[in-house]
Formats: sequence, C-alpha cells, structure tokens
Amino acid sequence: MDAINLTIIDRNFIELVKKESGENPYLCYQCGNCTAGCPYTTFFDYPVSQIMRLLQTGQKDIILNSRAIWVCATCETCTTRCPCQIDVAHIMDTLRIIARRENRVSEKDIKLFYDEFLSSMAKYGRIYELGLLLGYNIKSGHIMTDADLGPKVLTKGKIHFLPKKIKGRDKVSKIFERFKDRTRRDGR
Amino acid sequence: MRVGVFICHCGNNIAGTIDVARVAEETRKIPGVVYATTYMYTCSEPGQEEIKEAIKREGLDRVVVAACSPRMHEMTFRRTVEKAGLNRYFFEMANIREHISWVGEDKEFNTRKAIDVVRMAVAKVMQNRPLFSSSFKINKRVLVMGGGVAGMQAALDCADGGLEVVIVEKSQSIGGMMARLDKTFPTIDCSICILGPKMVDVAQHEKIKLYAYSEIDEIKGYVGNYQVKIRKKATYVDWSKCTGCGACMEKCPSKNAYDYFNFGVAPTKAINIPFPQAIPKKAKIDPNYCRQFTKGKCGVCAKICPTKAIDYEMKDEIITEEVGAIIVATGYSLIDMDMLPEYGGGRYPDVISGIQYERLLNASGPTAGHIERPSDHEEPKTIVFVSCAGSRDKSIGIPYCSNFCCMYIAKQAILTKDHISDSQSYVFYMDIRSPGKGYDEFTRRAQEEYGVHYIRGRVSRIYPKGKKLVVRGADTLLGTQVEIEADLVVLATAVISNKDAAYMAEKLHISYDTFGFYVESHPKLRPVETNTSGVFLAGACQGPKDIPASVGQGSAAASKILALFSGETLESDPAVARVNINACVGCLKCVKTCPFGAIKEKELRDGRVVADVIETVCAGCGVCTSTCPCGAIQLQHFTDNQILAEVNALCLI
Repeated sequence: MDAINLTIIDRNFIELVKKESGENPYLCYQCGNCTAGCPYTTFFDYPVSQIMRLLQTGQKDIILNSRAIWVCATCETCTTRCPCQIDVAHIMDTLRIIARRENRVSEKDIKLFYDEFLSSMAKYGRIYELGLLLGYNIKSGHIMTDADLGPKVLTKGKIHFLPKKIKGRDKVSKIFERFKDRTRRDGR
Repeated sequence: MRVGVFICHCGNNIAGTIDVARVAEETRKIPGVVYATTYMYTCSEPGQEEIKEAIKREGLDRVVVAACSPRMHEMTFRRTVEKAGLNRYFFEMANIREHISWVGEDKEFNTRKAIDVVRMAVAKVMQNRPLFSSSFKINKRVLVMGGGVAGMQAALDCADGGLEVVIVEKSQSIGGMMARLDKTFPTIDCSICILGPKMVDVAQHEKIKLYAYSEIDEIKGYVGNYQVKIRKKATYVDWSKCTGCGACMEKCPSKNAYDYFNFGVAPTKAINIPFPQAIPKKAKIDPNYCRQFTKGKCGVCAKICPTKAIDYEMKDEIITEEVGAIIVATGYSLIDMDMLPEYGGGRYPDVISGIQYERLLNASGPTAGHIERPSDHEEPKTIVFVSCAGSRDKSIGIPYCSNFCCMYIAKQAILTKDHISDSQSYVFYMDIRSPGKGYDEFTRRAQEEYGVHYIRGRVSRIYPKGKKLVVRGADTLLGTQVEIEADLVVLATAVISNKDAAYMAEKLHISYDTFGFYVESHPKLRPVETNTSGVFLAGACQGPKDIPASVGQGSAAASKILALFSGETLESDPAVARVNINACVGCLKCVKTCPFGAIKEKELRDGRVVADVIETVCAGCGVCTSTCPCGAIQLQHFTDNQILAEVNALCLI
C-alpha cells in the first residue's frame, strides 16, 4: 500500500457516512472484534476493522473502490459483537449505497445480483427464484453456474417454474415506487 | 450597610468570556454597595490582602467575592474576612466561573448573567446574620469497613497512631482479594507471604478490634460521634471455643458446598475454614449445605469437635460501637462470566475467570498449585488469556478499564510457563496498560523471556471442538482472523462495584457513581475524602485499583483521620436548622422528614410540644424547612428571607 497522506482528512465523506448511517465511526477503538467474528473476512481485501479505520481517516477512494463493502453479507455479526455498540453492518451497507451512487462498483456480479433480486421483488411481490437465477446467469455471463443443481431442486419442489402469485403484489411494488420518488426528491 | 464586591479575573478563566470591568461598574450602582473592584487572582495572597485592606479603608461590613465555586474558595475568603475582623458569615461567594464563564461562550450574555448573580449575592449578604460555631468533643475511635489490604493498612496506621480501631469484615476472614492471589506483580512475590504478617498484626494489635463475618446494620450520628450497629452473623460455631483445628472440616459429610473463597473452582465442605492463613482461623457452617440444617439430622461436627464449639441454635448478634470516623474499604467484585455468552464461561468448564486461575496456581488452592483443566484434571498445554472480558465494553454497560488485568495476565502467563515448561500461552489484548513502576518492563519480559504470544485484537467467540476450545479472534496488526485451539481459556473478567455498594452509600450518606463506585471529594486534591465529613475512602470501592494504590490510599485515609483527631474537639458548622419556638405549632412533620434523625420533640415549661434541633447531628440539608407549614424551622445562613432576597434581586429588577 502507498503511504496515505493524512494532512487533509476528508471530513465531508466522514460526515456523509455519519449522516446516512446514523452511526459515529469515531466510537470505534479498533479492538478488532468485528473482524474476529466476520465469516467472510477471507474474501475481503480489507477486513472490516480496517474499513472502519479507513473511514476514521476519511479514505474515501480506498473504501469505495474496495471489494470488502460488496462481499459483506450483512450477517451483522460485527454489529452484535461490537463493544462500542456501532451498527457496523449498517455502515458497510451505507458505504455500498454511496459507492453505487458514485458508480464505483468493484464487484459487478454482486451488484447485478442485488439488482436482479430487487427487480424480482418489485415485479412479483416476492422472489421468483428461477427467473432470478436465469436473469443473473445470463446477464453475468456465468450461464452454467449452479446449473447442475437444477434437476435436484426442481424435483424436490424447492423452486418452481412459474412465479407464485401472492396477494398485495401491487402494494409491494408501491413500496418500490415510494422509494424511487423519495430518492428523486432528495436529488440522489 | 457597606458592601464591598471583589470580582476575580481568574486569569482568562473568567475574564475571557465575561467583561469583568462592566460587572464592577454595574455592581457599584446597587444600593448598599460602596466598593467594587476587579482583581487578577483574588485568591492569591495579594488578592486577599486587597480584601482586608479594603474592609479597613472603606469601612466595609459585608463582602462578596465573585469568582469560582464556593467549593473551591469559600473557606479561604471566610478566613480572610474573619482576619479583618468581620464575622465569617458576612461573606458571600458569587460563582461566575463554573456557572457562567466556563459554560457560556456569548460574552455579552455571560456579562449580564454575571451582573445578575452578583446582584443576588449582594442581596443575600445584606440579609446575613453573624453565626458562631461551637465546639464539641469527639470520640477518637475509627471504624474500618472491610478487611482487605486497603482496610488493613488503614486500620494498622490508625492503630499505630494511637487510635482505637474497629474492623468490620463481611466474610469469615480478613485478607480480601489479595489473600486469594498466588503471586503479585511485578515482583512475583508470594501474595500471602507479604499479606500474612499484616493480617497477624491486625489480629494481635491491642488497639484493633476485629468483627469478622459481620455486617453494618445501621450508622447514626456525625463526624466525631457515630453510633454503629454491627450484625455479627451466626456462624453456628462458638468462636471463643473454636481452635481452628479443622477436625470438623475433615469429617463433614456434606462435600458439595459452594466455595466462595475459591470462587467455586472446586466444592468445599459445609463447615469450613477458608484457607490455612485465615484470620480469625475459625470454622463456619454454611446452612445452605449443612445436613443438620437441610435434612434436620447429622451432627457429625458437633460430635467430633474437641472443644464442643458447634452451636446449631446460634442467632445473629447486634453490637453497637461508638466511633468518630469511618474508613470505607469495601473493595470490589467481578462480573459473572454469563454476561459474556459468546465466550461460554459457565457453560464450558475449561473457560475460567482470572481469579479462578489464580486459585489454581495457588499452593493452598483446591489443586494444591497444580494447573489442571477443571473438566478432566489434565495439565493444559495451550492456554489463552482474554483481556478486557467485559471491561471497556459499552454494550454491557462497563465502559471503563479494570485497571490491573493487563498486569495480572502477564503475571499469570509467566507463572504458567514456570509451572508447565512445555506450555504456550497466548494473550489477546486491545492495549497493554502498564504505567506503574516496573510494570511495562514486566509485560515485556513475559513476551521476551517467557515467549508469551501477545495478539492485538479481541476474541469474538469460543466454542468446543472435541476436548479443545477453539478461540476465534482477530490480529488487527496482521489484519486477519486468527484461531487457537486451546486447552484452557482464562477470561480477565471486568471489575465491578459490590452488589450492595449503593445501599451502603445511602447508609453512609456518601455519593456513588453510575457504576456504584464511591465518589471522592475531589478527583485530584481530595482523593480519600468524601463529601460527608468523617467518612473516608480506601481501595477499590472507589474505583478499580491494584495493591500498591490500595495500600497507599489506606495509609492516606489513616493520615487524614489522625489529622482530624489531632485535637480534643471539632468545630460544628453553625449553618444548621433552628426552630423558632414562638412560631412552631408542634406538628412534628420535620421530625419525620429529617433524614439524619436530628430533630426531636421537646416539651416546654408550659406543656407545649415543639420541635428541637440537635445542632451537632443536623447536616444542614434543609428538608425540614421546606416541610414546615408555618416557617418556624429555618436553616441558618439559608433562611427563607435570605433566599427570597436573592429571588427578588433576580426577578424584581
């Protein structure tokens, strides 16, 4: 890693994360308990305690370009273990949202999965697994990923050919509408 | 009336955010004020000289100093005006520092507020009456609550200074936590070897009276004259006959009693003497486990006892002792391991607390000093120490550092290597806090000479895997997760106050903080005094503290008492409640509300019943004055008229 210049700390970035997450990163005293419990830390480029430290020093570019904020599964073990009562998972979430807004997506596939997941939700009111899998596999180019599991899960009735029709589909899609309206109003 | 007002700059503390010159100018316009001036440091010697000279030069008969809190310098200035010939109660202090300049940034607003506060003080001082303190005889005996190392030191120092001392110890033996330790850092000298002689001194000192297995039931009185009710709890063994031979303990058939002394590392007998060096070395029956109590028949100990000391019918006994001062040295507790479920203490037998490990290391402990896993009694080879197990953890309400864990973990890791030469110890730490003399060198030695592996990070989880325990933590210096398969895990559990700390504080009329630790009078300059005169603090009841600090505080508390008792009498504070018998209707509501029992009913010669204040007992709290329906009981120096004059000065202008 290159030397990080700490002469100017990006306060605006820290304030933005503070505001959007409602959490104070300065409560963190770097005990490392979040990293200690993190089940995905093997796949992170920066362990979560280091993301917190980078945030304290306002390292916007390193954080928003990192892989860690996308690989985080929001399991909230970090939040549960944090002795300083910081909702670390929520901060990771916030960082992911900011990165997306600024078009800095280091893990395209993960973003794609989120998108497919949410559009399935908006469309059917709940997840249509087969549609989600096909959509994701085609758009990501990993066409054969997990295809071998297909016959097994289909015969066991774990996923279905057609989407389930549920009551109040329109109400779920209205939630999405409301969210879109609000982000538009907030100028994001 | 000629009032003089002195406004202090306090360097920039006050003058920085208050226009003191304008305050003086406005003050001069107040009727009654004949002189007002500002001074750089009014509390300095030339500042006080200025007051004395002004009293003579201007013929002042009342003085107001606008400066810091009366808690800082009220006594200073009272003495100053007294030296210039005024009654010390013809002085008032206007707090324009703590209440104004330090808390507000707006200079204009601060200045106006300061003028108001000075105006109030002037109005009050003009209503003040001369008051005179009387002197009363003191009882030069000392009560020491708690027989740990702090309490013992305090007791020995007081006794060596010629005072009679009464020690009340809750448990069966004195010695406290230190008696349970194996070795002490940073010198690795045997704990009981250095504590034992002190315990013997306490037992043998002719000026010290020891009540072991006793508790304080009630404290009444005031500095110089306390009456203390002590409950000697039933031990079911007549200690005047018991020789401490231990025959009863050998034969007792109830073998599963909880061992409080050993923190439950192993069970003990229902009748027991906690440790070989116990003082007093007397047996006690635990009725929760004794078969005579639980099943109604047994009596083995009564049969075996060569001196016939067993008495199953024994009752608690109440004894009243009269003392003049109290040293509170009630010590500390440790959190239960259940508070940290992710570490599994209590569920997994091989996850133990630091104090339990101390008992495993100790030659007089249940394993005779051999380190064994509680589960299978095998010798552990990989031992993991987890520091800050509960400390510095806001999520469980303990944000503070427990002070001595870093050091005792280093000590235990060193001792582990001494006991088991092919063992490997690991220490998870967040910061190594070792600021004492020789302390940091000690923790370095653990790493450099004893090969203790220190890992900078916290432990997330401990779970069993076969006979081992997997400790999953982080090494933040490497930026990775780490895992250790341990045979034994030792948690440095957080220090907390005693369960009954708040209850005792209320009995003693002293303050305690959010965590139940007793609050000293001033964190730097009055570290062993409390805000209740005559009550002093020593040891970890005031906050987590190691042995040297506890001993130091014990001696400091003793020296304070020796100074307090250097004369035959003490002066009473005349700012107490007084009853106007012409206005009193004898409803005696004040008698019921007084928290100090300072008001008694009195029959006058004409048969009329009125309230009467015992001056020396009254603490001047003022509860009675707000209770009295006819304004007959008034707190001197804070009378209704004096307070109303202040309110008028603030509101009517």
